[in-house]
Amino acid sequence: MKNTIMENKNFRPLDLKKKMRPGESVIQSLLFISGVLSIFITVAIVYELGKEALLFFNNPDVTLTKFFATTQWQPGIGLFGIWPLVTATLTTSAIAIFVSLPLGLAAALFLSEYATPKARSTLKPILEVLAGIPTVVYGYFALLFMTPLLQSIFGESVQVYNMASAGIVMGIMILPLIASMSEDALSAVPRSLREGAYAMGATKFETSIQVVLPASLSGVGAALIIGISRAIGETMIVAIASGSGPNFTFNPFKAAETMTGHIARISGGDLSYNSIDYTSLFAVALMLFLVTLVLNLISQVVVERFREKYE
Amino acid sequence: MQTNETPEYAIETKDLSIFYGAFKAVSDVNMLLEKQKITAIIGPSGCGKSTLLRAFNRMNDFVPNSHVTGEILMRGQNLYGSNIDPVEVRRSIGMVFQKPNPFPKSIYENIAWGARINGFKGNMDELVEQSLRGSALWEEVKDVLQKSAYELSGGQQQRLCIARTIAIQPSIILMDEPASALDPISTLRIEELMQELKKNYTIIIVTHNMQQAARVSDYTAMMMLDKEGSRSGTVIEFSETKRIFTNPKDKRTEDYVTGRFG
Amino acid sequence: MNPTDNHYPTGESFRKSLNGRYRIASIWQAIFFSALLIALLSLAALLYNVVDGAFGYVAFEYKNDPTEFTAKPLDDLNKQELLEILQTNLSSGAYTKLDNEKTMEKRSKSVLYTLVLERLIQVDTKKTWSMTDSILRGNEIKAEVAKKYPEAKLEFRSWLTPVFLTTPMSSKAEFAGVRTAILGSLWMVGIAILFALPIGTGAAIYLQEYATKNFLNRIIQTNINNLAGVPSIVYGMLGLAIFVRALEPFTSGSMFGITDTNGRTILSAGLTMGILVLPLIIINGQEAIKAVPDSLRQAAYGIGATRWQTIWHHVLPNALPGILTGSILAVSRAIGETAPLIIVGASTFISLDPEGPFSKFTALPIQVYQWTTRAQTEFHAIAASAIIVLLILLLTLNAAAVIIRNRVQRKY
Ligand SMILES: Nc1ncnc2c1ncn2[C@@H]1O[C@H](COP(=O)(O)OP(=O)(O)OP(=O)(O)O)[C@@H](O)[C@H]1O
Ligand SMILES: [Mg+2]
Repeated sequence: MKNTIMENKNFRPLDLKKKMRPGESVIQSLLFISGVLSIFITVAIVYELGKEALLFFNNPDVTLTKFFATTQWQPGIGLFGIWPLVTATLTTSAIAIFVSLPLGLAAALFLSEYATPKARSTLKPILEVLAGIPTVVYGYFALLFMTPLLQSIFGESVQVYNMASAGIVMGIMILPLIASMSEDALSAVPRSLREGAYAMGATKFETSIQVVLPASLSGVGAALIIGISRAIGETMIVAIASGSGPNFTFNPFKAAETMTGHIARISGGDLSYNSIDYTSLFAVALMLFLVTLVLNLISQVVVERFREKYE
Repeated sequence: MQTNETPEYAIETKDLSIFYGAFKAVSDVNMLLEKQKITAIIGPSGCGKSTLLRAFNRMNDFVPNSHVTGEILMRGQNLYGSNIDPVEVRRSIGMVFQKPNPFPKSIYENIAWGARINGFKGNMDELVEQSLRGSALWEEVKDVLQKSAYELSGGQQQRLCIARTIAIQPSIILMDEPASALDPISTLRIEELMQELKKNYTIIIVTHNMQQAARVSDYTAMMMLDKEGSRSGTVIEFSETKRIFTNPKDKRTEDYVTGRFG
Repeated sequence: MNPTDNHYPTGESFRKSLNGRYRIASIWQAIFFSALLIALLSLAALLYNVVDGAFGYVAFEYKNDPTEFTAKPLDDLNKQELLEILQTNLSSGAYTKLDNEKTMEKRSKSVLYTLVLERLIQVDTKKTWSMTDSILRGNEIKAEVAKKYPEAKLEFRSWLTPVFLTTPMSSKAEFAGVRTAILGSLWMVGIAILFALPIGTGAAIYLQEYATKNFLNRIIQTNINNLAGVPSIVYGMLGLAIFVRALEPFTSGSMFGITDTNGRTILSAGLTMGILVLPLIIINGQEAIKAVPDSLRQAAYGIGATRWQTIWHHVLPNALPGILTGSILAVSRAIGETAPLIIVGASTFISLDPEGPFSKFTALPIQVYQWTTRAQTEFHAIAASAIIVLLILLLTLNAAAVIIRNRVQRKY
């Protein structure tokens, strides 16, 4: 049998000119559109929130002075002071960070500096499971476990809905995020640095706290910022456990409604599209978006810098 | 640690073998290292030089599953004895690494940190100055002590690492290819520094550079995988540097130092 | 430097200070470890709290005496007898309505039994107890019920039952189920994935295989990372403004001749959720594509394949498990998300199965939210049951993701 593969192919016509490949270009354009779509989403968020927020601020009853200098928020009856929502958001987020930063950092230090690989592989799933639980379930936990617990410790002063319970549970929810980002940062510190410390007669603890942790500080900072952004944007826990109704207070045992909780409660009902209630929600949402956007951007820049330092 | 003063010898190994898990990386090393001398360890890549060096200050403790058999004796005490504290060992046997690894702190803090954790009671400024003078870095950095150590050049960083090591006043300094990441001029400075340091310290240095070993060391240990097929390294010849380079007993040593090695 | 001039503690005193250092070190190590312990305890407390709520004693009374309807004990009735009771005692309008929803003869015995209880006898729950209380204080509870509610029956109940999974919503906690919520969740997630998977994978391919390092592509990448961190409630607002309101003719189905709904439909929710999980799918997709070794691409190019042929025949098949894992994670995220659904207006009381993308809907987490915020404790009990259903669903999904991930790891 004649072996066609071994035949001399020199006589085959050779054409190396560029060819039109319409199929390829169509596919490439489709893929490009998919990529660019994400930008449209951001634009749409800014446009939609901005448009409605503008309607809100253009309302003759709303002035910036009222918005920033009064402390009662009830757009339906002409009270436009944003502060009660902001203070509740700040209080719950601060409690959450107060819980999650030390715990998350300690967990990260244990996992990256002390745990054997085997211990790590049994301990990490705990954090992964915590991270995978829907926030509405944390809400249930806050209202029906944490609040009674706080009431049994601190007594009557703890209201049924209160910021402390929501904040603490939010801290538990954010803990895995801070732990895993911090652990990444700690493990990125080169081994040579640890060896340098050990070689000078440092104990493991001195090495991890005085050498490794400072070296990874920017990474830990990025984790903190993302944690804050998460806490500010978290909705369900505060909607369930922190109280419904704006309340200008920093007392964590009192009920107060956060920005997110407020949006969730008001929009849950039947809202007519052109009411001041409707547009005011968008103004609040826009603030939320901008704050978290800035935090996320800062954290990204910090992580990028940190990576460059050690790679 | 003042018992059994043996004046001539800083450290001694007896039938020392080092394992990573089941793998025997270094086998049966017997050496007597003289005080205030520089001993070079040479040999082809992967023969266990770093492993042996890191056994002296128990840095291999951090490798899971590693262990040693035999003894390393320092003034009569076995460094791997059950009553020995590895942190104390590292305090008295300092180490300088291949790549400079200053801490991400100021120049001053790089030196003060080790002193502080080890309970230094004297004048810190003085200690920093003396250590930096001791490592021939003082003149270059005396005005910028608060700057980050990362802003120094590689050669300066390495001298800073030497400075922080001598600041804790060990009796032995281990150096694992301390100049391999440096340019020739910085290398020369480190070599001069070693000559200076040996007045007070015993130095053990791993190097790939034959000329360097010949230039700086008093004694040389030649390491090699012990036989065909085995992956364990051992010291095949150990004597005065002059002898190793001019009149070695072992054919393999001769091949290696003259560059005829595979 | 003068080595005799030694300011370091030596011998015994160094030993002592070292022991002190070790003590501090081990205290701190214990503290670090306890952070993980606290995490573990929180997880345990959370799961316990949920299970605790889903089982326990219930004290209830019958508003109408069962003997008014039948001489036999209720539990002994067969299907036919139950049907007859319903027929004779319900008003004909109510019966016809039920029959129209689903033919009565076709309903199972347990459904009919529930209907008899719900519509005729009518249960009035007096009080519920948690599982722990029920086990530890059983006798006290019995005494309390005998004293306070002499008419009441006391029963140890699992609120989570097969019937709970298969019955639709009800205004009475005792008869409510999550059937419509589960179906709503599935529809919503299905639409979300149908929307986000092709676009997300496309974007991932574009960014990994086509994009050069120019300004536009850097913006796209940064933007995607940022979108992943936007609070979910903001996506809800976007969905409200765009899908529910602006695109109402499309999302309500009125474009297609459906008249009885507004824009608050499964379609709006699904698309909103699709946008929410899109960044997640893109980022996971990019990771999966990045993990495909370059040698594979070069081999394909080497035998004259075009770029798309290389991607389609070599890169994608190898990245597929990773992309799949990413989609499962996205599905888990979408199933658990609640806030955007509240914003785009999930209804809470849906007793009919959703029929398509233009139906009104509810979803599992919405039900959890709704029931948790009710004051009556029997609603907390069904909230706990719904949470268990939700968690089991998520656990199954994640187990699937882990299995796929392990398969892939073995390959390279
Ligand atoms: N941490 C470790 N775990 C397991 N094996 C190791 C480890 N470190 C080194 N080895 C093995 O021990 C042997 C000796 O390694 P070592 O680093 O001591 O060689 P070396 O002589 O210093 O080589 P080089 O000149 O390249 O630095 C090698 O086979 C190496 O693979
Ligand atoms: Mg080496």
